[in-house]
Amino acid sequence: MTQSIVVQVGQCGNQIGFRFWDLALREHSSLNKTGLYDDAVSSFFRNVDTRYSDPADIPVGHGLGKIKDLKARAVLIDMEEGVVNEIMKGPLRGVFDYKQLITDVSGAGNNWAIGHKMYGAKYKEEISETIRRAAELCDCLQCFFVIHSMGGGTGSGLGSFVLNLLHEEYPDIYRFVMAVYPSHEDDVITSPYNSVLAMRQLTDNADCVLPVENQALVDIVNKINQANPKLAERKSSRGHVKAGSAISTGDGGIVKGKDEKPFDSMNNIAANVLLNMTSSARFEGSLNVDLNEITMNLVPFPKMHYLVTSQTPLYSVSDVHIPPRRLDQMFSDAFSKDHQLIKADPKHSLYLACALMVRGKVEVSDIRRNIERLQSSLKFIHWNRDGWKTGLCNVAPVGQPYSLLTIANNTCVHHTFSGLRDRFVKLYKRKVMYVVYPWKNNSKHVSQHI
Amino acid sequence: MSVVTLQMGQCGNQVGGQFFNMIARDTFDQSLAKCNVPRQTNQQFIDDVCERFFSQEEGSLKARAVMVDMEPKVIAMTTTEAKRSGLFQYNNKQQFCQKCGSGNNWAHGFLVHGSKCSQQVMDLIQKEAEKCDRLEGFFTLMSLAGGTGSGLGAYITQCVRDEFPHSFIMNQVTWPFYTGEVIVQNYNAVLTLSHLYQSSDAILIVENDQEQKICSQLLNIKKISFSDINEVIGHKLASFLQPAKSNNLTSNHLGEMLEHLVPHPEYKLLTMKTIPFMSENNIQYSAYQWPGLVKHLTQMLIANASMEEGIDWGVKLSSTGLAYNKSMANSLFLRGLDVNTVDVSSFKDGRLYPSWLPSEACLASWTNQRTFNKYEKSASLVSNSQTPLISLNHVIDKAWSMFTSRAYVHQYIKHGLAEEDFLDSFACLEQVIKNYKDL
Repeated sequence: MTQSIVVQVGQCGNQIGFRFWDLALREHSSLNKTGLYDDAVSSFFRNVDTRYSDPADIPVGHGLGKIKDLKARAVLIDMEEGVVNEIMKGPLRGVFDYKQLITDVSGAGNNWAIGHKMYGAKYKEEISETIRRAAELCDCLQCFFVIHSMGGGTGSGLGSFVLNLLHEEYPDIYRFVMAVYPSHEDDVITSPYNSVLAMRQLTDNADCVLPVENQALVDIVNKINQANPKLAERKSSRGHVKAGSAISTGDGGIVKGKDEKPFDSMNNIAANVLLNMTSSARFEGSLNVDLNEITMNLVPFPKMHYLVTSQTPLYSVSDVHIPPRRLDQMFSDAFSKDHQLIKADPKHSLYLACALMVRGKVEVSDIRRNIERLQSSLKFIHWNRDGWKTGLCNVAPVGQPYSLLTIANNTCVHHTFSGLRDRFVKLYKRKVMYVVYPWKNNSKHVSQHI
Repeated sequence: MSVVTLQMGQCGNQVGGQFFNMIARDTFDQSLAKCNVPRQTNQQFIDDVCERFFSQEEGSLKARAVMVDMEPKVIAMTTTEAKRSGLFQYNNKQQFCQKCGSGNNWAHGFLVHGSKCSQQVMDLIQKEAEKCDRLEGFFTLMSLAGGTGSGLGAYITQCVRDEFPHSFIMNQVTWPFYTGEVIVQNYNAVLTLSHLYQSSDAILIVENDQEQKICSQLLNIKKISFSDINEVIGHKLASFLQPAKSNNLTSNHLGEMLEHLVPHPEYKLLTMKTIPFMSENNIQYSAYQWPGLVKHLTQMLIANASMEEGIDWGVKLSSTGLAYNKSMANSLFLRGLDVNTVDVSSFKDGRLYPSWLPSEACLASWTNQRTFNKYEKSASLVSNSQTPLISLNHVIDKAWSMFTSRAYVHQYIKHGLAEEDFLDSFACLEQVIKNYKDL
């Protein structure tokens, strides 16, 4: 079994990362009833003996050792202390080792150049050392997950610096990036600058980028809330949504309901994507899909590695009288524009490749039937007309009997990117905020990024 | 005469598990009354099977198999299932696995994993081979779509050929679903087949699409899982690999069968057709006769049908009219009641075979009075014919159109493959297609 390390950079990155670890613990605790430290748990967590001041790592061995204490394989980076301190004060503090944190005081001021050039140079050694320590504790490291935003300063600047570093130092390890793109109405004025400057790094250094847009997440959360009555006024109507089944909920995790922050439901969705993507690599199934198979099948040309994801079903219905057409509905929903994690409509654009990662009680005949059904309504590129990759994992996600994660290489991402470029050009033409990016030597450098 | 089975990759291991399960169930789990043979003959049969597929070690029956996969989950699952069946087990020491998979990348499986792991895998194979009194040959189970089964499978087949030049090697390849299981499956298939053609003696093709149709239409399974499909494949494989005797009482050892089926080294593609197939409930209500079974099987061969439903009876053996399926050689396996009364002359028809082959030599039939797997009468046809051409053409077309846009090629080049290797593989397979078309 291989291990993965999660590197969370900036406020956004750390908040999503925090939800990810909460949900990962929830998933493993619901599946691992015996408390044994097996291969599946070791892909994201280390088993440590905390009697030593430098917690000693306990390897998986024959998979029959009990879990003593779990530490996440994570590196938390932020240039201001607020978010990381919150995490270390909260209920998940035991999961993180203080040696995995890299913080500074003043922040990057929403400036890519400060994040990338200034803090990059300042913390290069420390970041490199921390990641090396985490990597050495892995038996067989397969990939890095880097989570950051594109609009801010630390996330985009230092995040893209870290990506660069990982590419140089670990060229054989896959780098998956979950990047949160700013929406049209973003509260950070310099976000187009930051995003475009970071894009260059992503195109060159990442193996796979999963763009996520806040607006899309907000819409999905609203959709769920419409269907989900408040816990207080529980109605016994048909189609009542099972509590704790929505992908935006953190129920059952360590963080209790009242401590939930406003962005938590949105971040849960993004965290669920990461969990479902790695589920086939961690758990058994009749058609396993490892992470390297995702890059192999979905990236036809080296630079075209921006993948649109969508997650269905959004929640499961508790009423058993609803007929099993839900399964086919799940497949149809996955291709609707309301379920994508960016604001784009894949049905009207060209598909280069599409992967269906199914979890739970679904059989191969169901998948085949749905592929045949949907094939006619989707446009695939001429050299890849049957460009489907399927994966079947036997283990269902928490709270739902089955789920589907669609990862597609679709040309609809260009809408997001051209929107970004237009906003960038609008600002750049007026030389807005130009003076605060002193390290940008000349305009040629900037136009390259476009 | 023993056969060592090599299970490569997830598909190979899962099919292998079902294959051994089927053999074990047929051999050990049938009551004597149902078998249609006297006790002594049955005992002889059981001994033959044990010698062929199992070895007696540490008090339990261990399969003569080497399990190879680049990640540990599937081997663990297959071993546990075998133990649960209680009929046989896999030898824990005959397993090889690594931590990270091949990523559906043929180049990764062939070049990277191949050179790294070949020594250890060959050691395991050597050990298994030495346990046999008389080694007949190797039976490799692999898929064409993935990275390990196809890439590493092709590499190990080459190594086995170098190491055991006098043994027979038969590769069972699983053809992926038509509408994509893996996006780069066409590349992997083209590369694998072209390499296997050099080192293997026979390539037995099994198509997922057809097996699924059998499950849904004949066996009436609503939600078909991969283990259902693998059970069908296991049934078909066991139906011709279980011991049987020909007219002059020679046994159907791997070598005998392959010598007959592959008379010319350019024609190595084999396909299987088995009838009847029906769900357990229907078996007790059906009565069928040999003439009917033989007629269906003949028409299935001529019209290229994969199962007994939906056969096109319009295709006839005549030079005008619809083109029919020509064969190089056919082997017929009949098991059950009254096998001696069966008339197989329809398979000896000269029009089925090319003019440069004597038609009497083209058919070999093997029979066994013992019933197979709950079917009173069952017939299986392994043929070297034009059947795989359609799928082969399809795969090559798709692979070529992807190759002309150079899509995904960078992933293969990363691991050491070159564009010339792709072109060589295309050329090799085009030649195979031309040979079969000209039959």
